[in-house]
Amino acid sequence: MLKTRVIPTLLYRDFTLVKGVRFDSRRVVGSPVQAVQVYNLRNVDELVFLDVTATTDERRPDFTLIDEIADHCFMPLCVGGGVRDIEDIRSLLAVGADKVALNTVAVEDPGVVRAGSDRFGAQCIVVAIDTKVDAHGDVTVWTASGSHDTGLDPIVWAKEVEALGAGEILLQSIDHDGVMAGYDLDTIALVSEAVSIPVIASGGAGTFDHLHAAITTGRATAVAAASMFHFTEQTPMEAKQYLAAQGIPTRC
Amino acid sequence: MQRVAIVDHGLCNVDSMWRAVEECGAKGDVTEDPRDLAHADKIILPGVGAFPDAMQILHDLGMADALREQVLGEGIPLLGVCLGMQLLAQSSEEVRPTEGLGLIDARVVRLVSRHCDERIPHVGWNEVWAAREHPLNAGLPAGVDCYFVHSFHMQCVDDADVLATTPYCGGFTSMVARDNVFGAQFHPEKSQVHGLRILRNFVEL
Repeated sequence: MLKTRVIPTLLYRDFTLVKGVRFDSRRVVGSPVQAVQVYNLRNVDELVFLDVTATTDERRPDFTLIDEIADHCFMPLCVGGGVRDIEDIRSLLAVGADKVALNTVAVEDPGVVRAGSDRFGAQCIVVAIDTKVDAHGDVTVWTASGSHDTGLDPIVWAKEVEALGAGEILLQSIDHDGVMAGYDLDTIALVSEAVSIPVIASGGAGTFDHLHAAITTGRATAVAAASMFHFTEQTPMEAKQYLAAQGIPTRC
Repeated sequence: MQRVAIVDHGLCNVDSMWRAVEECGAKGDVTEDPRDLAHADKIILPGVGAFPDAMQILHDLGMADALREQVLGEGIPLLGVCLGMQLLAQSSEEVRPTEGLGLIDARVVRLVSRHCDERIPHVGWNEVWAAREHPLNAGLPAGVDCYFVHSFHMQCVDDADVLATTPYCGGFTSMVARDNVFGAQFHPEKSQVHGLRILRNFVEL
């Protein structure tokens, strides 16, 4: 049986790992290489590594750093942040990323999703969708590290990226990010229902019950968490043991 | 020390495979030059991406003929991983019907989901159940979890070529073995200690 993945997310900015609340007030949480080594030893299912200010700082991905962390990664590694074109995707795969997450570029130039999927395969093209409640109370898709409201409906956008050839969706709620009060279950459920590609829920996990709800109520294929693993004693392995005890197949 | 040639067709993460091979105590040699295959004790054909593009690149590099020559003529062991396993087949229906390397009598077809929770691509850790004993999966727990990410799978004509199966979409072939030709649909280089064990088994064949 396919196991439900529990995925630690590492956010990177200016040579350090950070974690914030609602995409803001980010705190330094350590060195990326060390963190990856620890997660490798802990045998986690997968890692998501996002350079959170690359796009807003108009930087390309840090290929040297990714090369270095990938050397310590004997598990799947998804890398995002600052990807602008097909050449960036190729370069990230070449230095050791298994998947590349596209966010701002996917909205601005959807052809990159199509081209990346055709050339490198759908399995390595992840579209990250950041959502936030806008001034009218609607959940919309935001880009550029949560600074720009595209006005897109996340369900419509999710279907579109699936049609473009995305192999997976990383669905992150900006409002729930870092608050550790639970995921945006409504949006996760609506997006999971709308597409047939895997959906990774992200943003808001603080307890193992939150992970459980994202999988059962939200029907997420996988669950990602950052603050929970950085700022509390809870580990991915304990999370998987808890989920397994609730009848959810995990690798533990 | 065993020399393992890792075929680089420009579409995939060869760096991870190289690291994993070195971790297994072998000397990894990433190459796009077919002449390098002649110096190798083992060959790994990794791969992600679309089947027709990968075959085209193997032909353009002269790798397709060189691989067949080394494997069939010289008896060098070859391990295809993910798309690399699929490339061993006679043909694939991905994008458009395309001929493969023809080293395993099989064709590659799309996974068909049986219910809404079987999402495609098949992404994540799933069980690998050995169909028979073989040095390649020596020392592995039964039904070991390995990391998959794919939308197509190989259908063998001869059941004897099936080395392991995985329960998804009604069950599919996740490892093949025929003489000195081997394939893994999952990524051993990304499947932690058990994946590295498979690679070490291959290196030590």
